[in-house]
Amino acid sequence: MIVKELAEKLDAKILNEGVALDKEVSSAYTCDLLSWVMAKGTSGTAWVTVMNHMNVIAVATLLDMACVVIPENIVVEQATLDKATEEGIAVLGSGKTSYELSGILYGLGLPNPVK
Amino acid sequence: MPLINERYDVKKDDFVSAGEASAKIKRTLKKLGADPVVMRRVSVCAYEVELNLIIHSLGGCIDFTVDSDQVTLLVTDIGPGIPDLDLAMSEGWSTASEEVRNMGFGAGMGLPNMKRNADAFEIQSTVGVSTTILMKFKLAA
Repeated sequence: MIVKELAEKLDAKILNEGVALDKEVSSAYTCDLLSWVMAKGTSGTAWVTVMNHMNVIAVATLLDMACVVIPENIVVEQATLDKATEEGIAVLGSGKTSYELSGILYGLGLPNPVK
Repeated sequence: MPLINERYDVKKDDFVSAGEASAKIKRTLKKLGADPVVMRRVSVCAYEVELNLIIHSLGGCIDFTVDSDQVTLLVTDIGPGIPDLDLAMSEGWSTASEEVRNMGFGAGMGLPNMKRNADAFEIQSTVGVSTTILMKFKLAA
């Protein structure tokens, strides 16, 4: 499944329109501790987090993640979205909670990231 | 002669630039055509150590060297030093402030994460002087 299909299945908006949506999504992870995610995430991960600052994009980029999913309609600053576009990381926004999003991602058959 | 030898200065509390040095290191490795797994491991360590410099040190630098068979990150700060290295190396232990934790840092995973991702990891610290971390990564043949 690619990011575009995932966004449709989550009924999520692409917050940084114009970013490439063809990255393959191979796992999903939900966590708000950046260093924890640094230890657990990997390439192709869809990462659900309420954190909305620039460092989220740095972590997603360094791990070659597929996308970041921001729950509960949390507003993400334009500078963060611009950085994400520059780095080719799609940022998806949803009105659902992290819990609901995780349930859907699990239901889609996405496993935990494997290092 | 190393292929690449670059130094990145990292300032205390500079959260706005956090990740820039690591991103540059990753881009350089990508240009050199390094194996993606090695590149990710170096990136994780570079980011963790960059954040450690920002959060815990008084400032420091990352010396990034690429040779034909390995990548080296040599990190030196100007203090304040770590009183108990065994404690600092244990997962979940952190001295990060409440403010830093609210940003999603300070999980106490940084140093263990570096040790796990590097092929060789050495840390030395003198309280009141400095901390030095040396990490080496083998480049895939």
